[in-house]
Amino acid sequence: MLALIPLLPFAGFLVNATMGKRLPKGVSGGLASVAMLAAFAVAASQVWSLMGMAPEAREINQVLFNWMATGRFSLDMGFRLDALSAVMILVITGIGSLIHIYSTAYMHEETDADFARYFSCLNLFVFFMLLLVLGANALVMFVGWEGVGLCSYLLIGYYYEKASASDAAKKAFVVNRVGDYAFILGSLLLFWTVGSLDFVTIGQTVKAMPVETSFGVLSLITLLLFIGATGKSAQIPLYVWLPDAMEGPTPVSALIHAATMVTAGVYMIGRNAVLFEHAPITLGVIATVGAATAFLAGTIGLVQNDIKRVLAYSTVSQLGYMFLAMGVGAFGAGIFHLYTHAFFKACLFLGSGAVIHALHGEQDIRHMGGLKKHLPVTYWTFLIASLAIAGVPALAGFFSKDEILFDTFRHGHTALWVVGVLTSLMTATYMFRLVFLTFHGEERFDPATVGAHGHGGGHGHGHDDHGHDAHAAPASHAGHGTHGHGGHLHDAPPAMALALIVLAIGSVAAGYIGVPHALGGHNALGEWLTPVFALENTQQAPPASLNAHAGHAAAVEGPMAGDAHAAEATAHGTGAAHGDPASGETHDETALELTLMGVSSAIAFLGIGLAAFLWIRNRHIPDQMAQSFSGVHRLLLHKYYVDEAYDAAIVQPIKAFSIHGLWKVADARVIDGAVNGAGALVNAASSALRLLQTGSVKTYAAGTFLGAVLLLAFFLWR
Amino acid sequence: MPIGYYLALSGVLFAIGAAGVFLRRNLITLLLSVEIMLNAVNLSFVAFGRQQGSVDGQIITFFVMTVAAAEAAVGLALVIALFRHRESLNPEAFTSLKW
Repeated sequence: MLALIPLLPFAGFLVNATMGKRLPKGVSGGLASVAMLAAFAVAASQVWSLMGMAPEAREINQVLFNWMATGRFSLDMGFRLDALSAVMILVITGIGSLIHIYSTAYMHEETDADFARYFSCLNLFVFFMLLLVLGANALVMFVGWEGVGLCSYLLIGYYYEKASASDAAKKAFVVNRVGDYAFILGSLLLFWTVGSLDFVTIGQTVKAMPVETSFGVLSLITLLLFIGATGKSAQIPLYVWLPDAMEGPTPVSALIHAATMVTAGVYMIGRNAVLFEHAPITLGVIATVGAATAFLAGTIGLVQNDIKRVLAYSTVSQLGYMFLAMGVGAFGAGIFHLYTHAFFKACLFLGSGAVIHALHGEQDIRHMGGLKKHLPVTYWTFLIASLAIAGVPALAGFFSKDEILFDTFRHGHTALWVVGVLTSLMTATYMFRLVFLTFHGEERFDPATVGAHGHGGGHGHGHDDHGHDAHAAPASHAGHGTHGHGGHLHDAPPAMALALIVLAIGSVAAGYIGVPHALGGHNALGEWLTPVFALENTQQAPPASLNAHAGHAAAVEGPMAGDAHAAEATAHGTGAAHGDPASGETHDETALELTLMGVSSAIAFLGIGLAAFLWIRNRHIPDQMAQSFSGVHRLLLHKYYVDEAYDAAIVQPIKAFSIHGLWKVADARVIDGAVNGAGALVNAASSALRLLQTGSVKTYAAGTFLGAVLLLAFFLWR
Repeated sequence: MPIGYYLALSGVLFAIGAAGVFLRRNLITLLLSVEIMLNAVNLSFVAFGRQQGSVDGQIITFFVMTVAAAEAAVGLALVIALFRHRESLNPEAFTSLKW
């Protein structure tokens, strides 16, 4: 059953990739969406049966076949579903389904062949992503890891006729290769050290090893793996590809570059939580890099004018949060934020897609404004998601972000906490700058482009302000053919509206599976994930010892009985060893958490208020600030000139070396020289030998005779 | 009669044949010279066979004579064909078979 989850999207990919050109859009898009929904149903049923198990034994294994076996080394093509991958597959198939459905409407102006190409890539991506999260060992994960990179490349370069899109695709591919190289090095070193690639075996072996206080092999392994994660999850120094990846279609940005693929690095660290905990030096690096990325990306996001780029930098920033959580050892909090972020960021991207769709490709927020009354569905869903990401209390982002900040503070990383809070302020500010500039204020878009008939080859949407209610199903929408629309802005068509509304609901509700204890809640997600990070579950162990393990888990939690944070503390794995919060401190902890929550809520409202003050009331102030701090503004607008610096430091030297070294010397002189030299040598030798071929029989006879004489002489006087 | 005389005669005949091949400028003479060289060798075969007291030398001589007859037939046919082509029997006239 487990293998069915990735194989369903794969089947969708096969059909669309082989026969897609001949299928009408309804069939290819519908097929892809149905494959996703079916995968979601299977995933849900599997997670359901997982929930029925004892917390320590929550694990479903399936081995498809023995992949390779040489000597003592044997590797299975195996899938494993546990608490952690359960969260991931639900996010991937669930949000993936919504984005597929959204795409059927968003991409409907493409030709049949392009439409099928789009959906085949999308399905293939989901297949690889599921392979990545379900892989029972590092090599299966690596297959998925590379596969999602490939699909990301294909989908960023979907509009490959556009130079910027194909450049962005290449950039993403090349930057990811750097990270992937480190990842495979880390995996090899891990195998060399531990002797296995299976995650459970790795965890158990590493668990028996001492925590590395100075830089050792585990630190090196984790550092290499983390470099791999920075490539895939867009962290400093390899984040540069993600903003450019916005060249792809917007649903792709939502699925790959916000909700799923970019979180692969976070997931990988969570998967190897025990390993990373044994390398505190690496954890420090991760926390610092995460906080720095969150902050710097936030500052860039403040000044960008492209609606998708603001969201892209926001994604980089939020991923930084997740890495901050991982780095301080709050793995549960990091995964929690991953999960809530998937909802609201997918919703934001899809909302921006609806805006772009309505404005026929306009992405510059300076040319928007006042869209609130034209696109009500988009506006309200976008607003809800923005509130969620800003960290307004009671919405999803608040709980997860707050848990990260609280854990950061509690583990004594006060400086990182300050950075996190500042980032939180910026998040609220730039998100509401986006909301206000896009949906509020005067209408700055060009009515001519909006009212134009016959965009995309005369295909009208046939619905305006009252539109999406009038249409019962996407099918009826697709059937409308060529009747024109009335020159109004059209809100999201039903398929898009459905995805937006579901995701908006998710942005509100998703946080409630992890309500902190301080608010009298019950951190279900934290408890759910605890056995994975603490590695109490061992399916490999015989059933008899399973009880012993359960007993052990109880023993670990024993000293902290009544401690509200018992689950969280064990989630950190080393919590017990550190002798973290004793029972007596519980009350202080709760007070502290409540205080910090107050701070971050205040920060969120402050950010929103600041954005309202600057971009609704006093629009001249930002312009004045940009004028008076033109240096800073330019620096931010040009993204700290990082692309330029990389270009000067890496791209140009490689290019110069390639042209003047590899091309003009190594290739033109050495290789071509060798090839041409061989030819010239043969030519010269043969023009000398050619003189012997006179055509005269007598010369030949003389030659034969002379040869015979010489042979005879040789044998006689030898 | 010691074998040395036979071999000396054989050597002389062979030298005459070789000289004919190199010095004469008529294809038919060339063929005849080749026949002389072959027969010089035949002579030495027979002489050695006699000395060894076996018939091997004579047997191989029959083979050589058979081959020589075939060679003469083919060779003369070629000569006729060449003559028809060029109206010449001088071997130096046929040097176009080169690069």
